[in-house]
Amino acid sequence: MKDHAQLSETFNEDEPRVNWHDETLWFVRQKRDKAAHGIPEWEQLRETASQIKNNVLSNLSEYLVQFEEQAKQNGITVHWAADAAEHNKIVYGILQQNGVQQMVKSKSMLTEECHLNEYLKEQGIDVTDTDLGERIVQLAEEPPSHIVLPCIHWKKEEIGVLFHKHLGTPEGNADPQLLTHAARLNLREFFLTRRVALTGVNFAIAETGEFVVCTNEGNADMGAHLADVHIACMGMEKIIPERKHLGVFLRLLARSATGQPVTTYSSHFKKPARNQEIHIVIVDNGRSKQLGRADFRNSLKCIRCAACFNTCPVYRRSGGHSYHTAIAGPIGSILAPNLDMKQYADLPFASTLCGSCSNVCPVKIDIHEQLYKWRQVLVQEGYAPAAKTAAMKGMGFTLSNPGAFNVAGKAGRWVVKNVPFLVNNRFNAWYKQRDMPEAPKESFTEWYKKNKAE
Amino acid sequence: MRVALFIPCYVNQFYPQVAIATLQLLEKLGVTVQYPVNQTCCGQPMANSGFEHLAQGCNTLFIKNFSGFDYIVCPSGSCTLHIKDHLHDEHQEGKAQEIRTRVYELTEFLTDVLHVTKLDAKFPYRVGMHQSCHGQRGLHLSQMTELVEKPFSKPLQLLQMVEGVELVELDRKDECCGFGGTFCVAEEAVSVKMGKDRVADHIKQGAEYITAADMSCLMHLEGILKRQKSSVQVKHIAEILNGEGV
Ligand code: SF4
Repeated sequence: MKDHAQLSETFNEDEPRVNWHDETLWFVRQKRDKAAHGIPEWEQLRETASQIKNNVLSNLSEYLVQFEEQAKQNGITVHWAADAAEHNKIVYGILQQNGVQQMVKSKSMLTEECHLNEYLKEQGIDVTDTDLGERIVQLAEEPPSHIVLPCIHWKKEEIGVLFHKHLGTPEGNADPQLLTHAARLNLREFFLTRRVALTGVNFAIAETGEFVVCTNEGNADMGAHLADVHIACMGMEKIIPERKHLGVFLRLLARSATGQPVTTYSSHFKKPARNQEIHIVIVDNGRSKQLGRADFRNSLKCIRCAACFNTCPVYRRSGGHSYHTAIAGPIGSILAPNLDMKQYADLPFASTLCGSCSNVCPVKIDIHEQLYKWRQVLVQEGYAPAAKTAAMKGMGFTLSNPGAFNVAGKAGRWVVKNVPFLVNNRFNAWYKQRDMPEAPKESFTEWYKKNKAE
Repeated sequence: MRVALFIPCYVNQFYPQVAIATLQLLEKLGVTVQYPVNQTCCGQPMANSGFEHLAQGCNTLFIKNFSGFDYIVCPSGSCTLHIKDHLHDEHQEGKAQEIRTRVYELTEFLTDVLHVTKLDAKFPYRVGMHQSCHGQRGLHLSQMTELVEKPFSKPLQLLQMVEGVELVELDRKDECCGFGGTFCVAEEAVSVKMGKDRVADHIKQGAEYITAADMSCLMHLEGILKRQKSSVQVKHIAEILNGEGV
């Protein structure tokens, strides 16, 4: 399987497209900056959100039990799933109980993480994604490349072609309004005929047993209100203790995500309407394990705003699919190795550790520090290539022995061959598109010994 | 005041003029500087690659070279940050800790310890300032655009004391250049693209020189500029502050 470096090399073969992708996402980052700078107490808000989430993580089991009790009292059915497979089975079970072969779905990265669509397809269930971006990638038979803007890698002309093929829009027409209208008309039929709707969850409130879904299109509400059965799937870290905490997160979420003051819809679901059912599926899928890793547990504070994606200079220039995991970007790179170190050993290295991600994160996750720590863990666990390990051992020896380091009577003999950050034999990678500085006549140490040392 | 000069390995071997400028600048400002000649490297290339555990010999040597000074000054934000965050030695943790608190990047040493308010230097060119990430986001040499906080910049504060410097305003004030240590070869395509984009921003604003407090970023940007046969050059901030015209 190809790793991040190889996949993003392919992505970079089309430079104008990389420029377009970078600029599109940089624009989102700028909107975020503008929105954040409009709130003088922004940093305090981030700190508050971070502390609320720290409290949640320290008392997660109690809050989950409280949430379950409250939700049950409200007439909601609560299910627990230890992993992705169990989650998928639970959802399928609910569909079977209702004798349903089709459902609508919106805004759930968790179901992407669990590969629900593929699983249900195998069971003969027909799933229609109703969020416009998700619908586009579904028609294109691709996973989302971004957790908030799933089809950000698609240009509108390409969407025009896709819609012409699947929805019969006029050939060559890429007018966003026309395309959106076509999607809406097409989706209407699904909304009206599907008896089960699945949504994600942004916040689950332990105090009241209600949950909140944030969208801009209102499609989650449309699906949930028209269907007989609403299934809401949530990672177990989505809890917040009390309703009053919601304000902190709603102020941060949309500003961080898209620069809007708040999402168009922040829909609260508390109890099923008459003749309707609500099911909540609470999913672990590696989260308890991550909670047990002292260095990485606070990655579970994430509220999936994607600000770290938009600011990441590497993400903007490699595209979401280069991360070969449902949650791409900097946060994905610290979540994925928890699930499978071998498969995702490349991701913590797909970063310059510039630290911009940690600065935009509304819940103050120390993302770049965790990337550094994952590198240490992955190497210690034996996921580094043997050649690299050998090179590093050699480097370790030379750098701890000034004699070996300075053996060259002339400047640069060791470093020119072994510049520490070039590891070894990777000179070609430097030279491909860059020149190397010429070695000077003498090193500074030599100059100093000649001119300064007594 | 006993001050030691800590020179990154690649600066020592590729850019001795940067080390010389640092030394001369400090001496001009009245500081007596010692250079422990047995120094090699801070160990960051290993640590950032996940091999922190192999850097122990390197750490022990660093402690041997730099113990007992009041200040350790380094013309690189990245190497300074590495020492500050990661220098440990289970056999002499006290000494390691002392060094961690006494190591300073050059520009912060000038502004925060020496409280420099004027410099005898001239550099009549249009200059673009590249904010190297480790210095900026790690050591807080400058305010970061992501945060809703008061702006400041220690390197810019110093550059403004240099006669004739005309600073250009960048579209993206503090985006990473893509060097990233071993990232520059392990993720060659993205690294180079990031570097090209940074260079393009400086060129667009009419910069004649790109400066930074980290030579590693500049080495990467210089590699790209040279390959493009550009007339724009790089210069470490120490060289400009030391008043070397060109
Ligand atoms: S890690 Fe932080 S910035 Fe990234 S998606 Fe999660 S909450 Fe948003």
